[in-house]
Amino acid sequence: MPWDRNQMAARAAQELEDGMYVNLGIGIPTLVANYVGDKDITLQSENGMLGMGPFPYEGEEDADLINAGKQTITELSRTSYFDSATSFAMIRGGKIAAAILGAMEVDEKGDLANWMIPGKLVKGMGGAMDLVAGVGRVIVVMDHTNKHGDSKVLKECTLPLTGQGVVDRIITNLGVLDVVEGGLKIVELADGVSDADLRAATQATIVD
Amino acid sequence: MKKIYANANEALDGVISDGMLIAAGGFGLCGIPELLLEAIKTSGAKDLTFASNNAGVDDFGIGILLQTKQVRKMISSYVGENAEFMRQYLSGELELEFNPQGTLAERMRAGGAGIPGFYTKTGVGTVIADGKEHKEFNGETYILEEGIFADLAIVKAWKADDTGNLVFRKTARNFNVPAATCGKICVAEVEEIVPRGSLDPDSIHLPGIYVHRIIQGSHEKRIEQRTTRKKEDA
Repeated sequence: MPWDRNQMAARAAQELEDGMYVNLGIGIPTLVANYVGDKDITLQSENGMLGMGPFPYEGEEDADLINAGKQTITELSRTSYFDSATSFAMIRGGKIAAAILGAMEVDEKGDLANWMIPGKLVKGMGGAMDLVAGVGRVIVVMDHTNKHGDSKVLKECTLPLTGQGVVDRIITNLGVLDVVEGGLKIVELADGVSDADLRAATQATIVD
Repeated sequence: MKKIYANANEALDGVISDGMLIAAGGFGLCGIPELLLEAIKTSGAKDLTFASNNAGVDDFGIGILLQTKQVRKMISSYVGENAEFMRQYLSGELELEFNPQGTLAERMRAGGAGIPGFYTKTGVGTVIADGKEHKEFNGETYILEEGIFADLAIVKAWKADDTGNLVFRKTARNFNVPAATCGKICVAEVEEIVPRGSLDPDSIHLPGIYVHRIIQGSHEKRIEQRTTRKKEDA
């Protein structure tokens, strides 16, 4: 069985090490916070906060306290607040150890597309381009194929890019791949997924 | 010099005009200068360009100025929550310049700091880099982005003293600080004006040198995505 959303998030959480400052994107990456266990991880929210806490209890929502997805959240004892220029200074300056992000397409050169589909409504890139250009390590979490069954792990992205050569590791429902010289290297297979299954679902060059 | 004004309309008197570039604070609906946006609507000023991370929603934030067609152009990173925005953009009535969020924040900060341009890695190899100067530093490619020098900045803070020293609250600080600094004139709306000396000088988020006019008012502070957890989840 391929991994489900929670299993993908749990696998992504294994990438995080004690003491890391991390930015989680919207969707499956948000679930990663549920699987960090005892590790001392500080979550950054790029609208100006380090030390993001869980959703508030009903009735305790604060309009002045939201995450980058505009959801109400809470603070922790370690929390600090700052302005947007400072927030992106720490992102661009490489102070954030890792970002875990969703994607529409990734390719074998580490190019990432996750903000725009030409011809469809364009909402904007938000902070995604800054994150992929600046953080220490970019980990993509996504389904291996789209709803038509086409591979999202490509030789070359077809959609407008968010960043060029920025992805380090790809975690999908089928397994884990690293971006290396000449293509992608299989690091791990999801339970019950064979090497052949993963290769069949991948358009990108796989190197051994 | 007296910085405190009676209300938002008076605070904008003589500083707002057609065709201006206005830098506005806020992220989503959090920390937006809602009273000053309402006053800009009342002023009738048109052909405005806004440098603002978002464009509000249809009936709140910058959205109210889209309804009245007072906005000609937006410089933003994300405009997802606004149907009227999309309608005007797709029909060609409204111009849109997408900036990566950190690039937008830094363009404001740079403008406020007297820096006309800076190089950044953000957007290299994407459509954002098209037509921009590329330059290598230590073997890596960067693109040139320009500082924003706004005619007017409008921001929202939590507390001010009468000299314009501002304190923000939680994540409502966001773009308010860089936006305030890049305006020739900055007008701030606050929840409370406190007596001089009652703010801790070591805890001022934005010194009064950047703030020219202040109003106190009551804020709706609308929540865009109300998310909660149940007690038993704890």
